[in-house]
Amino acid sequence: MNRAGSAKRAGGSDARLKRRYAAERRFRLAGLFAVGLSAAFLAFLLFTMAWKGLSGFTHFEAAVPVDFPRSDLILDPAALRGPDAQDVAAAADLESVVTQAASAAYGDEAAEMFGTAALRSLGRQLVADPELLSRRATLWLPVGSAIDVAAKQDSDAASERLVDRLESRDALRRTINTDFLMESDATDPSAVGIWGALKGSFLTIVVTILLAFPVGVLAAVYLEEFASRNRWTDAIEVSINNLAAVPSIIFGLLGLAVFLNFMHLPRSAPLVGGLTLALMTMPVIVIAGRNAIKSVPPSIRDAALGVGASKMQVVFHHVLPLALPGILTGTIIGMARALGETAPLLMIGMRAFIAAPPNGITEPSSVLPVQIFLWSDEVNRGFVEKTSAAIIVLLLFMLVMNGLAIYLRNRFERRW
Amino acid sequence: MSLAIALAAVLAVAAAAGWLGYSRARGLRTAGGRLHSLPVYHGAYAALWAALPALLLLAVWAPVQSNLVDQAVLASPEGRALPTFAMQRDTILAEARGMASGGGEAGFNPESASLVPRFAEAQGRYSMVGGAVAILFALGAAGFALRRRSPQFRARTGVERWLMAVLIAASLIAVLTTLGIVLSLMFESLRFFKLVPPGDFLFGTQWSPQTAMRADQAGSSGAFGSVPLFWGTIFIGAIIAMIVAIPLGLMSAIYLTQYAHPRVRSWMKPILEILAGVPTVVYGYFAALTVAPVVRDLGISLGITSASSESALAAGLVMGIMIIPFISSMSDDSIAAVPQDMRDGSLAMGATKSETIRKVVLPAALPGVVGGVLLAVSRAIGETMIVVMAAGLAANLTANPFASVTTVTTQIVQLLTGDQEFDSAKTLAAFALGLALFLITLVLNLIALTVVRRYREAYE
Repeated sequence: MNRAGSAKRAGGSDARLKRRYAAERRFRLAGLFAVGLSAAFLAFLLFTMAWKGLSGFTHFEAAVPVDFPRSDLILDPAALRGPDAQDVAAAADLESVVTQAASAAYGDEAAEMFGTAALRSLGRQLVADPELLSRRATLWLPVGSAIDVAAKQDSDAASERLVDRLESRDALRRTINTDFLMESDATDPSAVGIWGALKGSFLTIVVTILLAFPVGVLAAVYLEEFASRNRWTDAIEVSINNLAAVPSIIFGLLGLAVFLNFMHLPRSAPLVGGLTLALMTMPVIVIAGRNAIKSVPPSIRDAALGVGASKMQVVFHHVLPLALPGILTGTIIGMARALGETAPLLMIGMRAFIAAPPNGITEPSSVLPVQIFLWSDEVNRGFVEKTSAAIIVLLLFMLVMNGLAIYLRNRFERRW
Repeated sequence: MSLAIALAAVLAVAAAAGWLGYSRARGLRTAGGRLHSLPVYHGAYAALWAALPALLLLAVWAPVQSNLVDQAVLASPEGRALPTFAMQRDTILAEARGMASGGGEAGFNPESASLVPRFAEAQGRYSMVGGAVAILFALGAAGFALRRRSPQFRARTGVERWLMAVLIAASLIAVLTTLGIVLSLMFESLRFFKLVPPGDFLFGTQWSPQTAMRADQAGSSGAFGSVPLFWGTIFIGAIIAMIVAIPLGLMSAIYLTQYAHPRVRSWMKPILEILAGVPTVVYGYFAALTVAPVVRDLGISLGITSASSESALAAGLVMGIMIIPFISSMSDDSIAAVPQDMRDGSLAMGATKSETIRKVVLPAALPGVVGGVLLAVSRAIGETMIVVMAAGLAANLTANPFASVTTVTTQIVQLLTGDQEFDSAKTLAAFALGLALFLITLVLNLIALTVVRRYREAYE
């Protein structure tokens, strides 16, 4: 009786143990599932962008015979050898030449097959070889957006027919689209490039780093090394911690109200963008800087003080150099975030159509994330792959910056 | 650009003073004196005295000057002839200002050309005054600093006092930024509340600012009830996104800290951090292009005919993915802070690992996790690009995740990127929304930071 009872109890505890182990396995699997799902999201995101965007780095070119002497083009070959050959070529009426040549070669419905990119390419070829003007030549020119889309994927019937005709005559080829990296925004998706936006991003980030880094590091030094704990430093600390978590769009509103409406700085310029982003990144640098300074052991300070250094000398000659790798890591991560930031820049007017790269920090410019946002709003299907291609470039920059931060952290950060 | 010349002059004076101070101190030393401070400090002392006060003066003067110039131009006969309508006048002023400061292109408005000489004249006058005062300041301060030369002079102490002032100034910028945010938002919001009663804004359920497009009907007919916006914000950021992010983030953190092999952990943690580093505009594009159509088709196949291609669900899902690493790293920190003794005690009593985690570790780490979740909510409701690109513009008060809702941040962007008439209720409403958003996130952040700090102190 007694024995049977304990056996029964043992059986019950076996079953219970089994249940508990099953629960253990389920829990563990749920954790693995969560990690796997998160990683799968990332993989899916990157894959989607790569799949949609890689074709944006290539474009199709079509061969078209152009008979320059017979065309209405009035262009002096001597002017094309001069110093402003680019302007001369751009001012000439290349469009009618291209339209005539295309319709002569592939029928009337092909008249519109070339776009801005073809004119640009033709101008360049003429500058490179002005002799072309005196003869009939077969030139490879990038096709317009409609044909480009049709050649890469499904499109409307007319464009598909034209692509078939071009392919049957062996007059279509795929090449690397160098213009995408060298040119700026345009209304024609076949002619757009990201160079202007990249340059704008670069100038903006330079302004940001010049302002945020010194101020952030000095503030971190003060708070960590000199500030006595009182209500005043508490206020500073709370506002820094809070600023690090304030939505970025609020900084945009601040920039709009203070830099544009009060100080009258130029709209949509890298200067204002950089100032706004500097206010946003500064708290991040302060927090990273304080952690890095905190991790320098007190013995370093004591030793320096012991040999007669002043408090300032201790900090600037010994503590700061040792904390620098940590501070740099935090700074790079903050800069990467600023580089990808869009919302505050929209607030200060960086959403205009800007077709020329900026030449200085007070000129209107675009930045890469805003360019992506603007292109994503376009109806033309040709912009889809351009948007994704620009995203690939942006993600590459992010990856490089974050990789650099991780490398710095592993290479230089000392554990005391 | 006379202020730029003044800036260069001030820097030149500082460099000269620095060099003079340095070489004189070296002279003292070669003459056999025993210096208290190194010559380099004597130089730095003079240079700092010459540069800092004058630079500060220029920094304060520049914005003051631009306002003074505007006033002078408006007071001139040409300025008084300008249209009184504020937006038009500001456009003309901005154009003339651009042309006067070297932008050669002709203005769009014919009136601006007549203002250019006025601008140039006023700018020349005021920057002459400001620049001259700054240079005199620099010279005077340099003279004062250079007067003090003796081997006993404590130049290093003086330099360090200046450095200290710079350090304090740097740390005050954070406070000034906070103050700037609060004041600028408050100022514009007060102007908004003069046009629209606060009660209507806070409790109204109708949001249609677009009807207030024409200046003569501004504020009188547009509806500015913000309740649907806040509902949309909470629905997307605090409900849908958190339903995705909390389980995934928390379970990832538990798995990576408690179960995973260290090598797996060292690989997976940076991979999750990449999710946090992806720019939000990329998430927005992903949501609009890839997720939204799938969600709409799902809704239609479920029989919801009103399923929108700008659904709350699509934006919320993607925002949840974006928040995962945030919650995961916050939970990671709090779980790691739970003392090992507590874990060992539970395991020694025969509890399985999962029982230990659920009954001992998680309750102990809960305050930290809750703090992390609050910070994540604060980030989600302030997130802009995902909702701008993937959520709708229609202010619906609905709990249907397949319907389109709009959020506070979407509307701020929408209100401020149309035609910029700066005095209409439509534009000012953006600042009122911004103020509300700032206050909400401020409260969330303060609670979260306090909770996290208390909790950290409890186990240290």
